[in-house]
Amino acid sequence: MLESYLPILVLIIIALLFALGSVTFSFLIGPKKPSAIKLAPYECGMPLVGTARERVSVKFYIVAMLFILFDIETVFLYPWAVVFKKLGMFGFVEMGVFVVILLVGYVYVWKKGALEWE
Amino acid sequence: MPEMLSLSNDPILFLSLMLAKILAVFIVVILIVAYATYAERKIIGRMQTRLGPTMTGPLGLLQPIADGLKLFFKEDIIPAQSSKLAFLLAPMMILVPAFITVAVIPFGGDVVIKGFAVPLQITDLNIGILYILAMAGLGVYGIVLAGWASNSKYSLLGGIRSAAQVISYELAAGLAIIAVFMLSGTLSLRGIVAAQSGSVLDWYIFSQPLAFCLFVITSLAEINRTPFDLPEAETELVSGFCTEYSSMKYALFFMAEYANMIVVSAITATLFLGGPAGPFAGPINLLLKVFFFMFLFIWIRATFPRVRYDQLMFMGWKVFLPLALLNIVITGAVVVFL
Repeated sequence: MLESYLPILVLIIIALLFALGSVTFSFLIGPKKPSAIKLAPYECGMPLVGTARERVSVKFYIVAMLFILFDIETVFLYPWAVVFKKLGMFGFVEMGVFVVILLVGYVYVWKKGALEWE
Repeated sequence: MPEMLSLSNDPILFLSLMLAKILAVFIVVILIVAYATYAERKIIGRMQTRLGPTMTGPLGLLQPIADGLKLFFKEDIIPAQSSKLAFLLAPMMILVPAFITVAVIPFGGDVVIKGFAVPLQITDLNIGILYILAMAGLGVYGIVLAGWASNSKYSLLGGIRSAAQVISYELAAGLAIIAVFMLSGTLSLRGIVAAQSGSVLDWYIFSQPLAFCLFVITSLAEINRTPFDLPEAETELVSGFCTEYSSMKYALFFMAEYANMIVVSAITATLFLGGPAGPFAGPINLLLKVFFFMFLFIWIRATFPRVRYDQLMFMGWKVFLPLALLNIVITGAVVVFL
């Protein structure tokens, strides 16, 4: 079983070598004329205002949390989908209950306004 | 039926064929990436009644090579304020997952070599789809890391927006394809191809048209292509998370984007269009299907304006997610009651 993961390991190594190799090569042969302005972050040519290490809108964290919640539920559906034909009626009703519970949470999130984006 | 070649029955042949398959696929992907940029410029040029690249070589065919060489010789700028290590790692963390996803895509049936059956696929994982989803998820780290490590406002906003977009649509894409596995009863891509091998009508595009549409649209959003290319919305965010990148590091982002296009096209072809099935040899059929989807993506780019960010989130969470769930329930009901 483990031998089916060996090609993936080899592919990861080849892809990494390709990425590392091309970056290193261009780093070695490219010109290097650094200046303070060139090394400053791009801000349309204007003088810098503060840093980018600031807090971001809480909406993004809500999206991330919702993603984790719903993605876990999605992962539960995968094994069920694979054996679905064998389970037949039992599997259908069982997953119906699961999807209804999921939908209750979904409607709650929707009504609470977590999916709104102003 | 010849025996399946494995590490135990002929290790040298197994390892050398493995390496040959990996290198062949890797080179083909890099070639398609290079010429996809050319095709995109040429096709969009024609659609906008321009010519596209014409000067480098006949019909401009050497353009991708010229572009690559140019990027090689450009100055590698690492902004003074950036987090150096993360800044260096981010492009690789996007490129590597994009390239290694092709490992599970079958590009043909079995061929017999020295009395052993050799599958035309780098490796057949029994959890192929989960592997693809996992790699798609890994790509998000590179995006966030690139945005954050640059320490520039445009990069940060681009990176975070992009991450929120990718995870929102990953959810919808993951739900959309569940209906396919309900019919195939396996997560192995080889198994899914085998389940569609009867006739053209067995292709899942006919039994799962809704899942097909949902998957194509959501994966378009997942790989940040127009009309969902908000992270790189050049009118507001300059170039999004790769604003601060230059030289080969920028090229890696670019290659990852096109590699992702290839991967998504190949997955769609495998899940819904019977993979390597068709009138020609397996790999050619798959390539033709991949080219069709890539042309579609380029066509869409030339046709649709970019969506607004709130529209994007609205579609992902309030349209695609419920539709995908509905599709699962309908598929379940049809399988059980009919």
